[in-house]
Amino acid sequence: MSEKKNGQVRIGVYICHCGANIADTVDVKAVAEYAATLPGVVIARDYKYMCSDPGQELIQQDIEEHQINRVVVAACSPSLHEHTFRGAAERAGLNPFFVQMVNIREHDSWVHTEREAATVKAKDLVRAAVQRVYFHKPLEKRRVPIHPEVLVVGGGIAGIHAALTVANSGKKVYLVEREATIGGHMAQYDKTFPTLDCAACILTPKMSAVKAHPNIVLWTYSEVVSVDGSVGDYKVVVKRKPRYIREDLCVGCLQCIDACVFKEPKFDDEFNLGLSKRKPIYIPFPQATPKVVVIDPEACIQLRTGKCKRSCLEACVERGAIDFEQKETYEEIHVGSIIIATGFKTFDPRRLPQYGYGRYPNVYTTLEVERLVNASGPTSGQVITRDGRVPKSVGIILCVGSRDENTNRWCSRVCCMTSLKLAHLIKEHTGAEVYIFYIDMRAAGKGYEEFYQRVLNEGVHFVRGRVAEITDWALDPSEEGKLVARVEDTNTGFVRRIPLDMVVLAVGLEPQFDAHEVQRMFGISCSLDGFFLEKHPKLAPAPTYTDGIFIAGLCHGPKDIPDTVMQAGYAAAEAIALADTGYFELEPNTAYVVEEECSGCKSCVPLCPYQAITFKEDKQKAFINEVLCKGCGTCVAACPSGSIRQNLFEDEEIFSEIEGVLAYA
Amino acid sequence: MEPSARYLYYPGCSLKGTGIAYEESLLTTFRLLEMPVKELPDWNCCGATTYMSVSETSATLLAARNLALARQTGSKDLIAPCNACYLTLRKSQRLVADYPQIAQETERFLEQAGLPRLDSVRVRHPLEVLYNDVGIQRLRELTVRRLQGVRMASYYGCQAVRPYGEVDDPHEPTRMDEILRAVGVEVVGYNLKTKCCGGPLTGTIHDVGVRLNYILLKEAMRLGAQAMVTICPLCQFNLDAYQAEIRKQTGEPIDMPILYLTQVVGWALGGDYRELGLHRAISGRKLLEQWFTVRKEAETYV
Repeated sequence: MSEKKNGQVRIGVYICHCGANIADTVDVKAVAEYAATLPGVVIARDYKYMCSDPGQELIQQDIEEHQINRVVVAACSPSLHEHTFRGAAERAGLNPFFVQMVNIREHDSWVHTEREAATVKAKDLVRAAVQRVYFHKPLEKRRVPIHPEVLVVGGGIAGIHAALTVANSGKKVYLVEREATIGGHMAQYDKTFPTLDCAACILTPKMSAVKAHPNIVLWTYSEVVSVDGSVGDYKVVVKRKPRYIREDLCVGCLQCIDACVFKEPKFDDEFNLGLSKRKPIYIPFPQATPKVVVIDPEACIQLRTGKCKRSCLEACVERGAIDFEQKETYEEIHVGSIIIATGFKTFDPRRLPQYGYGRYPNVYTTLEVERLVNASGPTSGQVITRDGRVPKSVGIILCVGSRDENTNRWCSRVCCMTSLKLAHLIKEHTGAEVYIFYIDMRAAGKGYEEFYQRVLNEGVHFVRGRVAEITDWALDPSEEGKLVARVEDTNTGFVRRIPLDMVVLAVGLEPQFDAHEVQRMFGISCSLDGFFLEKHPKLAPAPTYTDGIFIAGLCHGPKDIPDTVMQAGYAAAEAIALADTGYFELEPNTAYVVEEECSGCKSCVPLCPYQAITFKEDKQKAFINEVLCKGCGTCVAACPSGSIRQNLFEDEEIFSEIEGVLAYA
Repeated sequence: MEPSARYLYYPGCSLKGTGIAYEESLLTTFRLLEMPVKELPDWNCCGATTYMSVSETSATLLAARNLALARQTGSKDLIAPCNACYLTLRKSQRLVADYPQIAQETERFLEQAGLPRLDSVRVRHPLEVLYNDVGIQRLRELTVRRLQGVRMASYYGCQAVRPYGEVDDPHEPTRMDEILRAVGVEVVGYNLKTKCCGGPLTGTIHDVGVRLNYILLKEAMRLGAQAMVTICPLCQFNLDAYQAEIRKQTGEPIDMPILYLTQVVGWALGGDYRELGLHRAISGRKLLEQWFTVRKEAETYV
């Protein structure tokens, strides 16, 4: 290593204990002592919490007192604290890119158990960083402007709340919803726990506020099809599917529905989960927003065959809102940040055949029962089984598709409370005996435990045990014509057979069926369970690793309505803050062409995934647009003459790092 | 049998005793499928569930000897038709894989006995061999006669599908239904496919054992089944042997043939009454004779 190139290099090395997180597995003192012996290192210290104020001050003092001009911090992941230490260096007058982090927590202490070997690994990693930081160059951060408009994807309660919050701050919001109406799952619920507020009564005012808000552009029946660009500057294409109705002309009088040639509704009503029927021309539910009908092209005779007498047209002759010729259209919008609130789907209980869903008509999911108990539902709030009886005994089975190694391991969080609520409502509607089969009752939340006690006092039976099966096999006459839950009651130690008229499966919550496509399109990550991954589980639970993209609601993981609204508000606040700051600082890790070495072969030009490379005909050289470059390194590796370099990944930086990690201590 | 047989066959005690019809029909079926099986030489008792509950290690040694013998022949597939044998052999393999202590003890024992170390012998159940190795399509093609208008309930017993689920789905097994349909049998949707037949209880706590069989038979009757199809010699015996007693106790007119899957499949492939051991049945003899011999007009030649 020569000191000539970069002047007098004076390196300070800081080994963090991270409390016990690192120090328990890595001998931090030994690593610091070893670091002090490395060439160029002037000072090496270990400290309990490097990221704390005193820890940062330590670095700043050394920069001032010992004229340290390179800093190596061996601590946690750079994604967590790189900016912290760069900031500390900057405040002491050092260029922040003279700081290099070594991850001895996630890459070392957290994944190893052998102290000795972990310590050797930490030394190797520190040595690599010391050799690398030697060659660091001072760099300038780039600032990109933030376009103030915001896109919200998904019009459930999360998307609605986020859109309203951003819009109220005076910024323009595009709200894109796949279905014909906003409202999401919450619109299907009857009442909300624990207060038993009617879900529609608290949701629909927000829905109409969205529709009326001057700052919100609402596109229902629409999907995002492509996303380009980066923070502050996203170009998004939205597909607007044809609903065969002119949204600007339809007033929601619904006369076309009465006029439809189908006299009786015949097609499964998705909003009521197939518990009722609708016509080919329909409105999802009376409070749908926008209040505009939609035509199902699979069911409509005119759209299928072109041979219908089109009585709906006559009914709408004055307004002329029906348009069978409507085609899908594409809108391109330009936004600075994106809030993803694409929601969830419920677990398909056919995957657990022992519960007989789809085989026995009187086995329901919780979502179906929400519709059954709802006054505007398919039975006008009458709890009647599919075979037309008012149930005298109802069993609710918890953790169907949750907390189960065979299906999903996670707790879906809302099913305990949903089941308590439904138990209360079913009892209120029918007076039936209600049994809840549970593993653990989880009623953590404001007023939740109190609600649990209330339902206990109402005489709902709680059976602690996982139901083995639902069967229609009767052991004695009292069971004939009923469903029987066979369950080990683990509180009493007996195997019980409980005859039931109706079984309700509290189905768990899962990522949307197309979550992976959405994840790829927006360039964000999923955690192992398939829900979208937040930037930090505690301190950044709405931002993602992709700057300018935020997540809210159940696309991030199961949560109840209050938590969803809180996260949506938080995501909105982040988007507003970004827009108000007006700019975003980017890593200067861009590639650049060394012009005198470039032969003008153009091989890099088509390789760039971001179209950042152009060819300058006048000079016959390649040129990289720094603002567009994302620092992926493809062109650097591909350049046959090695004349493309990349900041923070210069050859001497990488090779010294490799030498350092491979050198035998 | 030819020495080159791919499949080894481990009869266990039942198939040489009360379950001899299972052996007869199994060998006939596999002969008709041109998949000859060879009996494992010098096999010993599997220990069944009883020994497993006394000492897992000792029980594993018993099973391990059979597996090592199979390994010695060089054959990879060991068919264990009895559900208890199947599960015991399968469970022993799992215990050896999961518990180093048992593995060590087994190795020491096999060395003393001069047997090879345990290796990749696959323990197979005939149901799953018929389903996976022969396949539904081929069974359909090979069927030469069909039982017309006979409704059967398939019954697995407790041990075949649990806990490993390699023979069929542990919660909703359907492969036997598929095989039966393929050879032309009408199947009823039987919900008690994996409910207990009582196992050895008929010999120890007799009343309880008999009651369990009564439940199984009664539900099969309620669903309109005329016969039950089993894959375990103990299930078959329990369901078959106590019907007279059940008739006497309950007054219900139960007289239902209890068949082995291999008897039904073997007959469809062209096997005859005696070589399939159908003459050994206790209950429902009249029906059996009617279906499988006398009523020739019930046979449709394909």
